[in-house]
Amino acid sequence: MTPGLPDAEGTLAALAERMRGGVAPDAAFVGIYSGGAWVADRLATMLGAGHRVGYLDVSFYRDDYERAGLKPNARRSALDFDVAGATIVLVDDVLYTGRSVRAAINELFDYGRPAAIELAVLIDRGGRELPVEATYVGARLSVARDLDIVLSRAADGTLALAAEPRVAR
Amino acid sequence: MTGLARNPQLDANGGLRHLLTLEGLPAAVITRILDTAVPFAAIGEREVKKVPLLRGKAVFNLFFENSTRTRTTFEIAAKRLSADVINLNIGASSTSKGETVLDTIDNLTAMDADIFVVRHSESGAPHLIAAHLNATGRSHVHVVNAGDGRHQHPTQGLLDLFTIRHYKKDFRDLSVAIVGDVLHSRVARSLVSGLATLGTPDIRVVAPRTLVPTRVEATGVRVFNEMHKGVAGCDVVVMLRLQNERMKGALLPSTGEYFKEYGLTPEKLVLAKPDAIVMHPGPMNRGVEIDSAVADGERSVILPQVTFGIAVRMAVMSIIAGNPGPRE
Repeated sequence: MTPGLPDAEGTLAALAERMRGGVAPDAAFVGIYSGGAWVADRLATMLGAGHRVGYLDVSFYRDDYERAGLKPNARRSALDFDVAGATIVLVDDVLYTGRSVRAAINELFDYGRPAAIELAVLIDRGGRELPVEATYVGARLSVARDLDIVLSRAADGTLALAAEPRVAR
Repeated sequence: MTGLARNPQLDANGGLRHLLTLEGLPAAVITRILDTAVPFAAIGEREVKKVPLLRGKAVFNLFFENSTRTRTTFEIAAKRLSADVINLNIGASSTSKGETVLDTIDNLTAMDADIFVVRHSESGAPHLIAAHLNATGRSHVHVVNAGDGRHQHPTQGLLDLFTIRHYKKDFRDLSVAIVGDVLHSRVARSLVSGLATLGTPDIRVVAPRTLVPTRVEATGVRVFNEMHKGVAGCDVVVMLRLQNERMKGALLPSTGEYFKEYGLTPEKLVLAKPDAIVMHPGPMNRGVEIDSAVADGERSVILPQVTFGIAVRMAVMSIIAGNPGPRE
């Protein structure tokens, strides 16, 4: 754990607490690979209300393809439920510029027209470049622009946060 | 710059700029294409089978030689990437090759082409075009070889590799038999290159002596002239199309005789492993190189090959077009 960063597990518990009672009982959780997928899995277990879980890889919807090319290690999105008419909680680890969320919303609509989309994030670090706001936030942080907040998952499923120098893409 | 000239499909950083041949293409590049095709295959299962990656890009299908299937799958792949597709069937009638082809390319580049998908009866034509674009400061325009002469058909080779990996997972313990007109087959040449690069230990070529390229053993393959020995115990049987014009050249006695010796029948397939898969690049000659009972049988993955071909071509085009290179 990098000094100054909140504990990931404690933040996750706070996020789950904020979602409890707020999230529709039939809402599906959709995690954005890779960190958001881990958070979505954990939230579904912690809330224990049988929320369906799906995963999105937004590589084919990113807005930096023109200058950065296709990201390697793209994974297949997996939404094993009908998106049309569903209430969906998009889940990501870190909300920053809002560009990943924009890509994820665009991708969701290629599966169908959801009834509603909410957004849950473990960390909101500010710095938005698009008009995107989270419905549920674990913790808000102020972080230098040249740092990335990176979520990792240990073999036992425990989550941890670290700050790393930003890798140019 | 000599390295670049020899292998114009890679840029200075080893990124894929054009796809011309699987020969000499590093395993990491092949694996990246196959890995990227996995999520693209999932796009094909969606209601909306489109992603916005190549929005605003123009893909020119430049077919100097006819091929309905390959052209169609490239067209579908480009459209699923949201590109604009322009099909040009130039045909075999164009008289002088070299200069005419490059003039065509120059004109189409002036119409803001981003990707050329090139099928040509002359081996090396896509290479010539790519080298021309690189040499004239237009390396942001990309070339995909859709089959050149007897040389290579790299996207077919990649979709064959994708199909094999899909069903068999790992190349490093596989026996793959390629049966038929290997001598004239760019499909076979691409597949052998790719299989070898990915570490396939047992690659077999099964064909009559007249249809085996000379010195093919030097590429690490084993040659069998008898079908029952060639397919014995193998995991994958790849049947090649017997082109009818080969009969006229006295390379073979008759199609009936060929089917008897090399046609894949249920009786011959029994000699392969019980879970062996059967592949064919199409179009098939039923009753010439393959029996209908096999082509339509439960071991046949011939139609999945076609479906996978779209995802593989989406992966190739999105990787190369995302690698713009220096704009001069």
